[in-house]
Amino acid sequence: MPDLLIELFSEEIPARMQARAAEDLKKRMTDGLVEAGLTYAAAHALSTPRRLTLALEGLLAESPTIREERKGPKVGAPDKAVEGFLRGAGISRDQLEERDTPKGAVYFAMIEKPGRPAAEIIAEVLETTIRNFPWPKSMRWGAGSLRWVRPLQSILCILSDEAGAEVVPFEIDGLTAGDTTQGHRFMAPGAFVVSSFEDYSVKLKRAHVILDPAERADAIWHDATNQAFAAGLEVVEDKGLLAEVAGLVEWPVVLMGKIDDDFLGLPPEVLQTSMKEHQKFFSVRNPKTGRIEGFITVANRETADHGATILAGNQKVLSARLADAKFFWENDLRIAKAGMSSWTEALANVTFHNKLGTQAERIERIAALARELAPVMGADADLAEQAARVAKADLSSEMVYEFPELQGLMGRYYAEAAGLPQDVANACQQHYSPLGPSDDVPTEALSVVVALADKLDTLTGFWAIDEKPTGSKDPFALRRAALGVIRLVLENDIRTPLDQHIDAHLLRHELAQNGDDAVSAGLMKDMIEEIADHGVFGSAVRTVLDAFDGDLPKHMEELKESLPDVSRDLLGFFHDRLKVFLRDQGIRHDVIDACIAMAGNDDLTLLVKRARALEAFLTTEDGENLLQGFKRANNILSQAEEKDGVEYSFGADKKFAEDESENALFDALELGEGAISSAIEAEDFAAAMGGMAALRQPIDAFFEAVQVNSDNEIVRRNRLNLLGQIRKVCGQVADLTRLEG
Amino acid sequence: MTQTTSGAAASSAPAGAPRSFQEIILRLQAYWASKGCAIMQPYDMEVGAGTFHPATTLRSLGSAPWAAAYVQPSRRPTDGRYGENPNRLQHYYQYQVLIKPSPPNLQELYLGSLEAIGIDMELHDIRFVEDDWESPTLGAWGLGWEVWCDGMEVSQFTYFQQVGGHDCAPVSGELTYGLERLAMYVLGIDHVMDMPFNDPDAPIPLTYGDVFKQTEEEYARWNFDVANTEVLLRHFEEAEQECTQILSQEHIDPKTGKRIIMAHPAYDQCIKASHIFNLLDARGVISVTERQAYIGRVRALAKQCADAFVQTEAGGQAA
Repeated sequence: MPDLLIELFSEEIPARMQARAAEDLKKRMTDGLVEAGLTYAAAHALSTPRRLTLALEGLLAESPTIREERKGPKVGAPDKAVEGFLRGAGISRDQLEERDTPKGAVYFAMIEKPGRPAAEIIAEVLETTIRNFPWPKSMRWGAGSLRWVRPLQSILCILSDEAGAEVVPFEIDGLTAGDTTQGHRFMAPGAFVVSSFEDYSVKLKRAHVILDPAERADAIWHDATNQAFAAGLEVVEDKGLLAEVAGLVEWPVVLMGKIDDDFLGLPPEVLQTSMKEHQKFFSVRNPKTGRIEGFITVANRETADHGATILAGNQKVLSARLADAKFFWENDLRIAKAGMSSWTEALANVTFHNKLGTQAERIERIAALARELAPVMGADADLAEQAARVAKADLSSEMVYEFPELQGLMGRYYAEAAGLPQDVANACQQHYSPLGPSDDVPTEALSVVVALADKLDTLTGFWAIDEKPTGSKDPFALRRAALGVIRLVLENDIRTPLDQHIDAHLLRHELAQNGDDAVSAGLMKDMIEEIADHGVFGSAVRTVLDAFDGDLPKHMEELKESLPDVSRDLLGFFHDRLKVFLRDQGIRHDVIDACIAMAGNDDLTLLVKRARALEAFLTTEDGENLLQGFKRANNILSQAEEKDGVEYSFGADKKFAEDESENALFDALELGEGAISSAIEAEDFAAAMGGMAALRQPIDAFFEAVQVNSDNEIVRRNRLNLLGQIRKVCGQVADLTRLEG
Repeated sequence: MTQTTSGAAASSAPAGAPRSFQEIILRLQAYWASKGCAIMQPYDMEVGAGTFHPATTLRSLGSAPWAAAYVQPSRRPTDGRYGENPNRLQHYYQYQVLIKPSPPNLQELYLGSLEAIGIDMELHDIRFVEDDWESPTLGAWGLGWEVWCDGMEVSQFTYFQQVGGHDCAPVSGELTYGLERLAMYVLGIDHVMDMPFNDPDAPIPLTYGDVFKQTEEEYARWNFDVANTEVLLRHFEEAEQECTQILSQEHIDPKTGKRIIMAHPAYDQCIKASHIFNLLDARGVISVTERQAYIGRVRALAKQCADAFVQTEAGGQAA
């Protein structure tokens, strides 16, 4: 069985696309070949900056012949039917077979699809693959119409076995497949013939090309760490950069250089970012001081001077870059030490979103919200406001303009330089966190407060202008912001009704967008205060508006109706994100639903505490008992309520009890109710549920001995009210009707 | 060591290292002339980059083959540093090559040009690093690389895919060399103002600073603080109106009866609007939101000019 070797040789493929492209080549080719009947034993996909390579071992030399039997019309069927069948099967009448079946004699056709040689199939599949290749971005070149990531220069396509190699006849847009390739662009120019995958790899290596990206990455990492170690230093690990650099060279040569003393005073993150982003250098650290003192660059060739010219050139470029960075740093420090006011002022000219105003306006709102949130974390309100006001000042700095990814971090350095309290400085850096599900959550009070205010402002803002995420579209990363709020609240054990903050802040957005008349502005301020005091959105809004003596502006009238809906919708969004978050932690969705259905569901910490207790409890025997006891009582009760059209929530009276088990249940309830209520009060949901589970036995005994639907209507109602009491008691921890099973 | 480039015009790699800024330019001119390019002169208007020259923007459109190379003085008002920054200038030179259709050996041709200016391929590390080019003002984009020499970007290499909203067919290959940076590297100079402009052994040796230090100062002051923004805003509007006005004319000239579409005069107005926008930007009077709107207005002009050019003979329309 032959082996197949394909190489698509092109001008330099972007590093970030190579690995994926090699896999796509493998997948598309093998899928196509297998579909056409050509199976293979093993497949390898490899890439360099200039080539995508696919090697298939043990490919079938031709696709197998396929015989297919097709059942036709009955013998003696009209000619028209028989002819139609013949046409469809592509055979003539004398090739038909007659066979007896239980339904009589029937015509059968035996159709044979002969196998085809591998080369023919390969050419077809390769053409389809090249023409439909899923490059993230592709282009045309010259006068041709073919698309590839960069100009495709040559195609190598051979089938080889013990007898030798044969070129697969193939042509696409003027490129004819052959059996030659080229070595390193500079170290071994010129084409050479290859006869198999092994021959290809060996000759390429001789021509200074390491075909396997993993081998190049290993070589780079090995040499880099060795050189650093020899100098008493260590390379800062960066897997993304390593993969990228391995995609920029065919013949990696590692060179280590020193950072000029002038630049060692720059923050290490600035050195690292500048070297990585602009030069694709690895940072080299002094393990004793933690300072970044050197760099590793990876060249694509060996030279007679052992890389001296290359290293000197790189060093020079780096110095120019770092001189820029130093210039930015020193200018920025000057402004920081002067109090950063020119930066915060400049943010008035930066649009955050055309409907949500400038960054400066946004910071105003965040500062107001931060004040409001400060007590929840036991933080000082003035400090919280101050932190919120400076947290985004670095967006105006030259360094962040040059390196946007340093936002926040530079804010911390500059706030420190400005002499602000350390926790204010830390908030500048940490208020962006957490950025993703695995990112660390801030724990310092001020950082948490500003982080929450920042994210809540974003969420309420986009809700207020109705730009919510839909399907896979979430251009403003609102899901991430909501998850950030959830994690900030949960991991810091924050107890606060989220609704109040959402509501007050929705009004702030409303104020910013429509409150330009004095009446509205005054009313909104009243409402924000009313909410802060009483916390019930709809009624707070109505209280203020109804008390207003005079004509309400039109949008204020509308507000009364619309804003509570927006608020509910946003809380629903939080609950949806929370469900996803908790489901990932193994909490059943029905458990979450049962807890969301309870009052106080905007206190996320309480909600999760409930859910975790319920989840844990349901896995115990007691949990099963509670659920079954509750369900039994609830089923009977609901049926009766539906039939009678009343709700049995009136207190039952023990004096109507007839049976001993009925008395026992009254006693158990009386005993349990107090304990359960005080456990709920103390948020000890496990104890509360333990108390409920203890009711299972008396409930079972009661059902065993007593007919609820007694002929005596008084007794019946009393019993139903007793069940109503059970439902009420059990319903204190979660809405158990929502549990499955 | 050979000191002059006499007799080098025909050969692609004159011996020895160049000694001045102008020698590098002359060698590039000689090299690309030897490869068959028409050596054109700079466009006589203020532009932000060599791409704006109609020999690139307009000629990359349509089916007619094209090969041109030229130096283009370019202005980026916001990059002014009063001549003090070693690497930044508000006025600098680009060397620009445009060949349509892009030849299959364009990378080799390009590498040959580096050798011609004295970069020894045996000692240096040349790399093609992904860099997609996009000009929002020209409504143009292409794919290619920035070319690195020992970690320094020395050129931009682009296969044009679209210009003025039109698909490029055939595709042009565009090479842009930042001449000062490239020359500083080749000549081993750290501060641009110290770079020899002419031969250091000439009777009157001149540095880049001798030629441009004063102008950098003057323009930086004007660009940043003095340029009359009201006048500039008005000029922008006028250029925009004139561009549209030119293109709204009948294709048949009533005087001569000839079919004359005035794509180039209209495009001049587009260039003008673009440069005025850059000046306004440097004066800091354009807010972030307005910025996009201005860019969109220039792009609309570029698109109209491209639409007009493809209807002309040079734009591939049969006469």
